[in-house]
Amino acid sequence: MAVVTRGFGGRRPEPEHEVPPGQFVTDDFPVLSAGPTPDVDESRWELTVRTETGEGVSWTWEQLMALPAEDVATDIHCVTHWSKLGTTWRGVSLDTLLADVETSAEFVMARSYGGYTTNVPLQDLLDGQAWVAYEFEGEPLEPVHGGPARLLVPHLYFWKSAKWLRGLDLMDDEDLGFWEQNGYHAYGDPWLEQRYA
Amino acid sequence: MSSPAAPAADRAVLDGSALAGALSEVYAFEATRAVVRCASCGHTDVLAGTTVHLSAMGGVARCATCTAVLLVVVERPDGVRVSASGAAWVQAPAR
Amino acid sequence: MSWHVATVVGARPLTRTARALTLSAPGFVGALPGQHVDLRLTAPDGYQATRAYSLADTGQDERVDLVVDEVPDGEVSPYLVRDARPGDQLEVRGPLGGYFVWHDADTGPVLLVAGGSGVVPFLAMLRARRGTGRRAPFRLVCSVRTPADAIERGEVDTPDRGVDVRWVFTRETPPGWATPPRRITTDDLVAPGFGPDDGTAVFVCGPTGFVEAAAGLLTGLGHPPDRVRTERFGGA
Repeated sequence: MAVVTRGFGGRRPEPEHEVPPGQFVTDDFPVLSAGPTPDVDESRWELTVRTETGEGVSWTWEQLMALPAEDVATDIHCVTHWSKLGTTWRGVSLDTLLADVETSAEFVMARSYGGYTTNVPLQDLLDGQAWVAYEFEGEPLEPVHGGPARLLVPHLYFWKSAKWLRGLDLMDDEDLGFWEQNGYHAYGDPWLEQRYA
Repeated sequence: MSSPAAPAADRAVLDGSALAGALSEVYAFEATRAVVRCASCGHTDVLAGTTVHLSAMGGVARCATCTAVLLVVVERPDGVRVSASGAAWVQAPAR
Repeated sequence: MSWHVATVVGARPLTRTARALTLSAPGFVGALPGQHVDLRLTAPDGYQATRAYSLADTGQDERVDLVVDEVPDGEVSPYLVRDARPGDQLEVRGPLGGYFVWHDADTGPVLLVAGGSGVVPFLAMLRARRGTGRRAPFRLVCSVRTPADAIERGEVDTPDRGVDVRWVFTRETPPGWATPPRRITTDDLVAPGFGPDDGTAVFVCGPTGFVEAAAGLLTGLGHPPDRVRTERFGGA
């Protein structure tokens, strides 16, 4: 175990409820990125769901805004050990988005403006577990935090909540996204501390 | 001009010197002067000249010319891992 | 190269936000001016954070001399500037970096362009020049917001023979200063003996935005890109 530095990190909030193992609570919202913040304006924004057969369905920003949206209050857990409790978001449930999509695929690759990718089992995006989020704490989602819209799938480590979402590709096989290819866990359950592959 | 009050995302855009420490645990040679050729566009430069996005998840070195990912460096509990699949090659610095 | 334990042995305030820290680091040898270290801090609850800091002086083995400038919402620098005290233990990895180094055997002119706390590796270069009795012509262009933000201003303002210093104040100038606050321009970077045809080695260090602006001015003046070495830092 590394030597302890006296006094470092001393003033951390106490969690009001349980957090996953190895997590520390923060009031900040750290920004972690693998590349530059893309500049995407809503007039050009498009979200495309592509099935395993290659068929696609897209939504423009106006079309996304016309879909029924939900307010979400949830904890988020980053693999880098910080957790932020009681975050609030607004977005469209993946159940709504995928309601008319016919697929037998089991896996999804989320794709972002700027090229980021992350893989998630389709089942983990359904049944009220995931959203396309465009508001955070009552305000439009800032670009540094993934705006105009990001994937929000809070029951997995937060690298799975792809920022600057542009597409969801349904896949029969589990292909790995960016961090997963670089040694992070393919699934990423914080309660099982699935940080690394 | 950036200042210490610049947003966190801008403060995390660095260059290859930021990866020197992690790479010192992987490569026997001094990494900032190692030469890297981009597999996407062919641009060749010392690692110190690459654009690096650094966070607690890892460091991502991108080609300064075409922004393709060259190297990804992750400090894991079991050792530092480098993926250099975006580099056509990496050459140790001349002595 | 891996992590070694280092102990804080000295802490000296420099400006409102910056502090010089000296660490005792057994096994830490051979540092060259311009190099840096990674510093790792582990909280009692196990949380770790790692940051890179330039060495402010490389004259003594087993000693790590740093200058840390506090970033307002940073995670590590506020601790190092406000809380760390002699006896505290951290871990260091280094010395690191072979690209952003001035070798004292080089006799050619050296142009150093610093933004804010980007002056720190240049302090190491100036101190190495002094310590080895070298005569290479040096010119330091130091861009800071206000005079009170200038790190080691007293030392920088009493340069050794053969060292020229040019200040650029971007928000507030000293009393009686001839020009109003302004950003760095090509005029600051031009001086006889320090041009592209003089074989000048150029080093630029500071926040990313400053480095990119200054490097653009320098290549615009004709300095070959491979003679302009840059180091960007973020600071947190």
